[in-house]
Amino acid sequence: MKTAIRVQREDFDLNKEVTLLAGDGESGAVASFTGHVRKENDLSTLTLEHYPHMTEAEIARLVAEAGSRWPLTGVTVIHRVGALRPGDRIVLVAVASQHRHAAFAACEFLMDYLKTHAPFWKEETRAAGHHWVEHHTGDDEAAKRWDPSTGSG
Amino acid sequence: MTLLYFAWVRQKIGKSEEQMTLSVSDVAALIAHLKSLGPNYADAFVDLSRIRVAVNQHHTGLGAKLSPNDEVAFFPPVTGG
Repeated sequence: MKTAIRVQREDFDLNKEVTLLAGDGESGAVASFTGHVRKENDLSTLTLEHYPHMTEAEIARLVAEAGSRWPLTGVTVIHRVGALRPGDRIVLVAVASQHRHAAFAACEFLMDYLKTHAPFWKEETRAAGHHWVEHHTGDDEAAKRWDPSTGSG
Repeated sequence: MTLLYFAWVRQKIGKSEEQMTLSVSDVAALIAHLKSLGPNYADAFVDLSRIRVAVNQHHTGLGAKLSPNDEVAFFPPVTGG
């Protein structure tokens, strides 16, 4: 399985990343998710902090788990850090497989687990000042769907 | 032992990293020690339901055993993606 995991300040190019992932013809399907900063009232900046080294290690563990559950040919995960503005891209998860079902499922699995496991934190800057974004319990519920022990994965 | 703090835990404590020579059995004992170091630490750890911990870059819990050379990180629940 071809794997690329990057944490970076720079933007990324979806088309370029998908071509790198699947342009060799080994994969018949690529599913990708791109997250953007949502425009909300007076939100001016979203600043992302992370835990260097653990972030990459944790994402690698999640990618390995996805590779054990579905027959994947490649995964690319890119997550941006630093100061972002509404509309900016934050995250890319692209999953390649021979067929679409595995690609769709693994892409959703990786996003759900990335939300609950990868050590990133968002701080909002608004007119009233700085504020750390609270963890959404709905993200925990989304991740639990994939846990075999709950019987609903 | 290397201690790392992220997001508001880092802001409350006032530093991102520090080295300590410590002999504590587990994460809970480490937190008890840190809370005794000053009001900034006590404030950061006042509500442990809002604190997550990683030891040697793996998520774990308050009961995790510790060794003197471990890297221990404290942070709020993650909000990436």
